[in-house]
Amino acid sequence: MSRLFPFHGGLKTVRHKTESNRQPIQPGPLPRRLTVPLRQHIGAIAKALVQVGDSVLKGQMIGQADGYISAAVHAPTSGVVVAVDTRPVPHPSGLPDLCVVIDSDGENRWIERQPVVYRALHPSELRNILRNAGIVGLGGAAFPSAVKLNLSGQDQHLETLILNGAECEPWITCDDRLMRERAAGIIAGLHVMVHLLEPREVLIGIEDDKPEAIAAMSEMCAGTGYAVRSVPTRYPSGSVKQLVKLLTGKETPVEGLPIDVGVQCFNVATAYTIHRAIDHGEPVISRVVTVTGHVSRPGNLDALLGTPFAELIEQCGGYREKVERLIMGGPMMGFALHSDEVPLTKAANCILAASAEELTPTRPVAPCIRCGACVEVCPANLLPQQLYWHARAKEFDKAQDYHLFSCIECGCCSAVCPSHIPLVQYYRYAKNEIWAQEKEKQKAELARQRHQARLERLEREKQEREAKLRQKSPARTAKAEDSGAGGKLDIQTAVAQAKPQPLSLIPSHEGTGESEGEKTDQSLGKQDV
Amino acid sequence: MMRFKIVTSPHVLQNTSVGQVMRRVLYAMIPGVAALIGFFGWGVLVNLVLATAVALLAETVMLAVRGRRLALHLSDFSAVVTAWLLAVALPPLAPWWLTTLGVMAAIVVAKHLYGGLGYNPFNPAMVGYVVLLTSFPREMSAWLIPHGLYQPQALTFLETLRTIFSGEWPARFALDALTGATPLDALRTQIGLGLTVAEIRNSPVFGFVAGQGWEWAALGFLAGGLWLVYTRTADWRIPTGMLGGLAVIATVFYLIDPQHYAPPWFHVWSGAALFGAFFIATDPVTASTTPYGRLIYGVGVGILVYIIRGFGGYPDGVAFAVLLMNIAAPSIDLCTQPRVFGARRG
Repeated sequence: MSRLFPFHGGLKTVRHKTESNRQPIQPGPLPRRLTVPLRQHIGAIAKALVQVGDSVLKGQMIGQADGYISAAVHAPTSGVVVAVDTRPVPHPSGLPDLCVVIDSDGENRWIERQPVVYRALHPSELRNILRNAGIVGLGGAAFPSAVKLNLSGQDQHLETLILNGAECEPWITCDDRLMRERAAGIIAGLHVMVHLLEPREVLIGIEDDKPEAIAAMSEMCAGTGYAVRSVPTRYPSGSVKQLVKLLTGKETPVEGLPIDVGVQCFNVATAYTIHRAIDHGEPVISRVVTVTGHVSRPGNLDALLGTPFAELIEQCGGYREKVERLIMGGPMMGFALHSDEVPLTKAANCILAASAEELTPTRPVAPCIRCGACVEVCPANLLPQQLYWHARAKEFDKAQDYHLFSCIECGCCSAVCPSHIPLVQYYRYAKNEIWAQEKEKQKAELARQRHQARLERLEREKQEREAKLRQKSPARTAKAEDSGAGGKLDIQTAVAQAKPQPLSLIPSHEGTGESEGEKTDQSLGKQDV
Repeated sequence: MMRFKIVTSPHVLQNTSVGQVMRRVLYAMIPGVAALIGFFGWGVLVNLVLATAVALLAETVMLAVRGRRLALHLSDFSAVVTAWLLAVALPPLAPWWLTTLGVMAAIVVAKHLYGGLGYNPFNPAMVGYVVLLTSFPREMSAWLIPHGLYQPQALTFLETLRTIFSGEWPARFALDALTGATPLDALRTQIGLGLTVAEIRNSPVFGFVAGQGWEWAALGFLAGGLWLVYTRTADWRIPTGMLGGLAVIATVFYLIDPQHYAPPWFHVWSGAALFGAFFIATDPVTASTTPYGRLIYGVGVGILVYIIRGFGGYPDGVAFAVLLMNIAAPSIDLCTQPRVFGARRG
């Protein structure tokens, strides 16, 4: 066994894996109606390709990647488009987003599926295929994979490719089951990644509480040169930067990406979808999702994207009594949902129905006693108690001095705080405030530039007018010249008239309405990264 | 359709609380306190109970005055910890008003007037102790000779109560028969008289390593303290730093002149060193909070203890050393921020 490089901090959390990892992956339901969000990834929302009334086939592209950082979206089953409008989606913001609503015809008729002989293709062609297949990171971040599979902008060779099968969050077992049951597919997808990235070594990191998955993956890796590394079960070992450190000893720079230290990291489920896209010609229309917690039959479903959470819960036997909170993702970093009438997306790895039994009861918040328990567990090696102090006092610049933006919001500090302070909530708040302030600054700067440009334009027009006048009647021009700097005066007047305008160009009322939507987008986008 | 509550992550927290932390500190004091009672009599217990009662009363009144939630803050046991830390440091037959005054200074002034739990810059128990030590030096130095609870010279429980609350010594004893200098005090005055350390240590007030009786209490506090470190209630860096700092500087002087300077094991085992290292310097509110900072903070306390003992005006220096380092804690924190994940080394 090769050497591991433990990261600072982290936690032994409750596990609760056995509730859902004992049964094989079951196919999900075929819902009568599917709601497919056009933004299931980080980046620009996909451009809708269908209209109400259109018939679609299973796997047909219904949303086109719009820009470099974007991903395509496909019809999960065959049917008719009944709406293209904003619907509730599972997102931390709670805001609705543009969705294509499809009524299933119950026939599951596929488009023509074309397997790809990828070794013959030019890398950019291959990446385009993956982009059009809607491949994004399925670990929860949903970053478009084609972007990460392109190293042409990097000057250095890729040292290490890491496949992340750590699955460190409690309750979640979808990657565990996937590795046990479909290791061959994962490795087939990994071959494609290796073909594109040509790494010096390939490491697969799996937490040691998944011996079956480790065995299955090791067996498939035999003779490939890929190495499966069992890592200690310690949250958050599945967090990208922590896993990279753990396996390679390299620390991703502050505000940098693993690629900056020659490492690229993908989730095991992402590799599997690449295999489906290349070897079967199937775009991403489904994913394995863990449905667990206070439901009658916890397990993993291979469910169509767009399936309402309520139907997934139903398939798992429905809620048991007194479910208080519905969480998408794990209990450490997942977010609570208002309702179960939201569709399954590419980012949804787990649906956790939690009752008082699974949750920690809310306890009153006591003052910070500076005990430093948070410092001990922080995987980013921050001083959470100082961050809290400054975030609470709204001293955002000081919070940044204490490296607020290195916080990965893993929740370890909140989990161990004896004073029960919701620390992560304070950090999110501080980050959002800082982003909002930056946005305001940019707006003001833009307004200033616009104003400057307008003044210049006015002056230019004035001069042009005068030049014309001069050409038309030399006599009048001479007269104007006699009477002194008439032109200049006019410009000054124009400047004076224009001056109050920058204020009206940055009106707070007009600006905030617009900025609120943008602010949320940006902040949430960053959160997902 | 089901509607659910929105609460931010993390959704699963560990079962811990300020009350639990403080209660552990109290449990950890039990062996040392038991040894003190065994050697110095019931007065230790009376002091503890009296200090606890006064502390809870003062805490309740101050919380009410400041409009805080009584149930939440009284259940954190922080006032009881302050009371115990102070009570253990008082002479076993300290008159009731001395204990009361010290606790009031600790809880009302050092704790609540500075903003209450978590906001006080100075260790409340040590503020209370220093107020008493500087205001009532005679009462504060009237330490009992550690006769043992069941020796004929020992006061009965009722005699103890009467002495503490009436201020009158029991008629069957002369004051001199009961009280004596503490080992550190004896060492200090006799070195001043020109005796060597070896000669002084032949006196019956000394035991195997340090003071007779005292050394057993120190052992009890060491045991409790190690348990605190083991359960991660106290950060190992502070006691390690403090005892390490004290031992190193004591070794240096001991090697220079063993006739004049007591050996390092005597210093580590004497007075409030072990108790202070595990129970007083580790108060998280007033100590440094960064990992390196805590080590430096501990070393600072240890060195100051030695300087005050050897060259200052008091036989022991834990209280002053801790208060002085409390002042330095924010600056230490500022200079010892850990290297953030991904930041450049060096």
